[in-house]
Amino acid sequence: MGEYFGRLLPVLHVANLFDGPKVEGSLAYWFYRLPTWSWLLFETSQMALLATLAGASLAFLACFAAAANLAPRRWIYIATRRSLEVLRTIPDIVYALIFVWAFGVGPLAGILALGLHTVGALGKQFAEAVENADMGSWDGVRATGANWAQCVRFAILPQVLPNLVSFGLLRFEINVRGATVIGFVGAGGIGQELYTLISLNYYDEIGAILVLIVAAVSLIDVVSEQLRQAVIGRQVA
Amino acid sequence: MTENSARDIARLQAQIPRAFRASLGVRLLRWFVGLAALSWIVVLLWWFDITPARIAGGLSGLAKIVVLMIPPSPGAQWRAILNGLAESVAMAFLGTFVAMLLAVPLGFLGARNVVVNLLAHFAIRRIYDGFRGMDQLIWALAFVRAVGLGPLAGVLAICAAETAVMAKLFAEAIENADPKQIEGISSVGGNSLCRLRFGLLPQVLPVMLAQFLYQFESNVRSASILGVVGAGGIGLQIAERIKVRYWDEVLFIILLILVTVALIDYASARIRRRMIGI
Repeated sequence: MGEYFGRLLPVLHVANLFDGPKVEGSLAYWFYRLPTWSWLLFETSQMALLATLAGASLAFLACFAAAANLAPRRWIYIATRRSLEVLRTIPDIVYALIFVWAFGVGPLAGILALGLHTVGALGKQFAEAVENADMGSWDGVRATGANWAQCVRFAILPQVLPNLVSFGLLRFEINVRGATVIGFVGAGGIGQELYTLISLNYYDEIGAILVLIVAAVSLIDVVSEQLRQAVIGRQVA
Repeated sequence: MTENSARDIARLQAQIPRAFRASLGVRLLRWFVGLAALSWIVVLLWWFDITPARIAGGLSGLAKIVVLMIPPSPGAQWRAILNGLAESVAMAFLGTFVAMLLAVPLGFLGARNVVVNLLAHFAIRRIYDGFRGMDQLIWALAFVRAVGLGPLAGVLAICAAETAVMAKLFAEAIENADPKQIEGISSVGGNSLCRLRFGLLPQVLPVMLAQFLYQFESNVRSASILGVVGAGGIGLQIAERIKVRYWDEVLFIILLILVTVALIDYASARIRRRMIGI
């Protein structure tokens, strides 16, 4: 075991660390396929972005029916809650395995798998944010003769929108992690490349790609964290 | 009356236009950002070749699969399915438990009030974050290569990914602990070990226990898919049945996972309430 992980570490020589990609022991030699991998990572992050956007939109539509204070009927509330629960309990990889059959190999299956899982996860969080909203403004808007949709727009939405955006960004971070592995089952992104490399025991390249994945995920986390704090901060101010 | 109020509104609009609508620059900026986002989405749809025709084709394929899934059936190999399920739960428990044991000292190491050096604190936390950046499935794939197919790879994968997560959670719990109790222990002459044991540990132990239960719940979910890459558990069963298109058995396994996860969530919530009241 230690031997396997030991081999993942690259052979680097301090003397020619910064030499060109032809010199053994240099960083450039280790990361010789950096352009390809960067592009794949970018593709992976954009898969996660699209999945999060699609999932968040559907979750947004579902969350008002899944909030106890706004659901028009009790049974609608319970039915929506249960459906969201089922959607988020099934792992995204299982969706991906099935969707690869239905939609073919490629990013589309992965995006749909991540998106469907996102609907369940975000739907619940959105609904809880809506349930915590102050209903006083709802009564106020209601008193002006607004209908249900207008009440949602002018009473609830201004209160909960920062929270929803924050939950969405958090889910985007999670989806980026998910998108890096969804390629293991043929659903697009950098996972496919990583799966091949690990199967073929290309030790140096596995190490390099893992470093890249960790770096990219950390970078996205940091940026998203800043965005989240900006969004939440605006609510407080 | 209405005339008056209409005139009032017009007057107010002239006096304080910003209360009625944003300035031209802000509105233009909003339009620009909105359009840019929209066109980027269109580019992405084009890039990933997502067309209505493909979606429709896929959905009709999916409908056929769903029809084949009903009614769910345990199939002839139901013993293997139940065995895999038990294996998944066991993998999750063992992996989370070992991770917790490893994470306790690492949590102390990562807490700002224990390791006071800012640079060291920052470096340790970034290492935890880095480990968290790697998905459990990547760990599983690597461990399958390192120790071979089977549940051991799964336990190690859960343990490796979970240790970093729990170390971070524990470190935050320790940082949030009340310093007064620790000062109390020093005031009666306790050394630093006593301070940790009697001042800090009683405060953070319930939080750690709650985190353990939460992570166990979450790991039961992920342990159910580690088998997809050969790391043991029910994931192997589900992947094999999807490969040979036994869709009714696939649905059976999915339902089984749903029930198990619900049961474990319920039990874990009761334990949490009984033991720590959260």
